[in-house]
Amino acid sequence: MDVKLINPFINATLNVLETMAFIKPEAGKPYLKKDKVAQGDVSGVMGFTGETNGTMSITFDELCILKIVSNMFGEEMKEINNEIADAVGELTNIISGQARKELEEIGKVFHGAIPSVVTGKSHKLESMTKGPKIAIPFKTDFGSFTIEVCLESKS
Amino acid sequence: MDINMKILIVDDFATMRKILRNILKQIGFNNISEADGGKSALKILKKENFDLILSDWNMPEMSGLELLNRIRSDNELKNMPFVMVTAEAQKDNILEAVKAGVNSYIVKPFTAETVIEKIDKVFGS
Repeated sequence: MDVKLINPFINATLNVLETMAFIKPEAGKPYLKKDKVAQGDVSGVMGFTGETNGTMSITFDELCILKIVSNMFGEEMKEINNEIADAVGELTNIISGQARKELEEIGKVFHGAIPSVVTGKSHKLESMTKGPKIAIPFKTDFGSFTIEVCLESKS
Repeated sequence: MDINMKILIVDDFATMRKILRNILKQIGFNNISEADGGKSALKILKKENFDLILSDWNMPEMSGLELLNRIRSDNELKNMPFVMVTAEAQKDNILEAVKAGVNSYIVKPFTAETVIEKIDKVFGS
């Protein structure tokens, strides 16, 4: 997968979390993911159509998402509940929107669907999209999260 | 900008309704109502008068764009100030919303300052 298609997701994630949650995550090195499983405590998933079909997911550790949403709301969140799940859905939506805006600037137009959220301690997420999957790990002072982007090759 | 104006927030995500409500309260607005989608917004608008709508675009059942079109074609509601607050930031989206008669457009993520500035501009203050 072209790295030009991955950078917008990194930039969008950093911008969204800094603007909405006042957190500056540190992006790790993107890598090609061999297995189909994303493991974490809460995940947001969104499908794309347009330039090609694909999916984007963002999977958070519990402590990390609790801190992010606490900052977004200005109140302390203590457990993964419906409010956290809703916030992960909206974060997925906003990161996707920002990434698609940057992709449009390089001539790649994608349309996003309505995001879904999966919760559960150490749940596993299996992608059905056919194509190489790139994972980007992020670290914060409060835990980690991972973005995964999978775009089908154009036939 | 009248601090007593009635504002309707329309978003399918409770998170965004809460963030917007917090920002509006910080500014000093207290007459704030919420709807979780276009359809429920229309129901509320039939019963109550509002001075401003802040609506998401990407919602199931009825999108913010469809809500805007319905409002602009309703004799009683057509002049209602309508601000789209959305993650849809592509050029075509913005043009489509402008064509449909949106008064302003806020791209998520946004700061409190952006919300204040956009509302100020809508009311020409």
